[in-house]
Amino acid sequence: MSLSDTSATTPEPVALDAEDLRRLRLQRFDRFGKWLLPLAVLILTIIGWDRLVVWNNIPHYILPGPGLVWTTLITDWAMLFEALLVTLQITMMALAVAVIGGVGLAVLFTQSRLVEMSFYPYAVILQVTPIVAIAPLIFIYVDSRTAGLLMCAWLVAFFPVLSNTTLGLNSADHNLRDLFRIYGATRWQTLRYLRLPSALPYFLGGLRIAGGLALIGAVVAEYVAGTGGIGSGLAFRILEAGYRLNIPRMFAALLLIAVTGVVIFAGLSFLSHMLLRKWHESAIKRET
Amino acid sequence: MSRPDRAPLGQRPPVLEMIGVDKTFNGDVVALQAMNLTVNHGDFISLLGPSGCGKSTALRLIAGLSLPSRGKIAWAGGQGENDLGVVFQEPTLMPWATVAENVWLPFRLRGQPYVAVRDEVLEALKLVGLEKFQNAYPRELSGGMKMRVSIARAMVTKPRLILMDEPFAALDEITRFRLNNDLLKLKEAIGCTVIFVTHSVFESVFLSDRIVVMAARPGRVIREVTVPAPYPRDEEFRTSAEYAALCREASSALHQAMGEHA
Repeated sequence: MSLSDTSATTPEPVALDAEDLRRLRLQRFDRFGKWLLPLAVLILTIIGWDRLVVWNNIPHYILPGPGLVWTTLITDWAMLFEALLVTLQITMMALAVAVIGGVGLAVLFTQSRLVEMSFYPYAVILQVTPIVAIAPLIFIYVDSRTAGLLMCAWLVAFFPVLSNTTLGLNSADHNLRDLFRIYGATRWQTLRYLRLPSALPYFLGGLRIAGGLALIGAVVAEYVAGTGGIGSGLAFRILEAGYRLNIPRMFAALLLIAVTGVVIFAGLSFLSHMLLRKWHESAIKRET
Repeated sequence: MSRPDRAPLGQRPPVLEMIGVDKTFNGDVVALQAMNLTVNHGDFISLLGPSGCGKSTALRLIAGLSLPSRGKIAWAGGQGENDLGVVFQEPTLMPWATVAENVWLPFRLRGQPYVAVRDEVLEALKLVGLEKFQNAYPRELSGGMKMRVSIARAMVTKPRLILMDEPFAALDEITRFRLNNDLLKLKEAIGCTVIFVTHSVFESVFLSDRIVVMAARPGRVIREVTVPAPYPRDEEFRTSAEYAALCREASSALHQAMGEHA
């Protein structure tokens, strides 16, 4: 717009003014800086960590160097990966149940004021009570270890889905709601065509939080459950390695958990972007 | 020329009648008092008045979104499935649905699959000049285009009555003039009956054949101005002496409405 205006009055070539140049410079800096700067911080941290260990002669059972952590990750890969799969399985199942339970309850709450008034306070109480305090009780009453773990992870993960989806279902445009009423839409039609699509961005926001929380819930529950053997997850491997003063393995397992958390978050962010990119403000890049 | 909507005023079959309709809120705020209005087939009625005069309340009552405290609203031949189309002040489109899906909505809520009514949907979009945008999402359209989609949605089922609640109030004047012209062309094309809420004297005179002037506190009808100029009306009408005289008449009625409590 401004370019075509100036080109109409001034001859070629079109000169960029100082402000344009500054903006272009900033844009370029943003594009590369977003990746390069965190990468530089990472590399510097690893080098610093390595030098700290080498120069101070710190024994590996106190603080292993980054190289040792890496080799431990490779040598213990079979065991750690198997544990990761167990934790991941609990996490994913908990997330799935959190989505079903959270969305289901949210729909129930918005369809019936009675149900909402009766049960919402208890949903909040479940959420604010620390999971480490409830988990031991769960493992007393629930025989199956997997079911216990699942229940703990679910308790942590479901609330953001519930509260965000409820908010979303209630935030449908009031004029559209009137329009649906005028057209004689049934309850189901209003839910299906109006409230659920309105809630989608909110739900996806809740889902991203719930993904991280499900992992935390699964790890915490494993700590509390504490039993080992075959089929134990990453948290148990960390505990076990701690008892044996195998600090490098603790670091390797921790690294795996952190990477898993990042991957879950990135995956859910990508899902959110794909579902919303066509219409929602949050997924639309501004042209100017 | 036997279309009933082109019959002279007074010879058109009735669509809807408001008989002594009162609306009070919380028992003491009188939003609308003793409103009588007969809407005939093919009428273009403007409800003109200052804010708080109950024009939007009247529209909500006709839409069935709230119930009258006293009096009644009677549809000729009873209420049916295809009574109403509505255009709000905002375009009120579903942002997650394409333009065509938005226009399909009234049919969809009646259980009609898209393929069965595609011709009607595309015809309506063509009438508002947006057939090329059927697969666009609302965010890709300008304010005026969104409003056109909203109008297409209101008329796609050819309802007995279309309610418009200050639909162009948020648009710039150039867009507004264009949409006024297009709305009249549309009315000619499909012969719809419209109740149009506005607080613009010029808009009401240009569009309507009947202007119902309302006053506030309590909201009530104080006068009806008839605009005898024949349709189709165009820019020529907008600059004619007749238009100016009618604007003066409606304007003085409006001043009378506002003056009583100013």
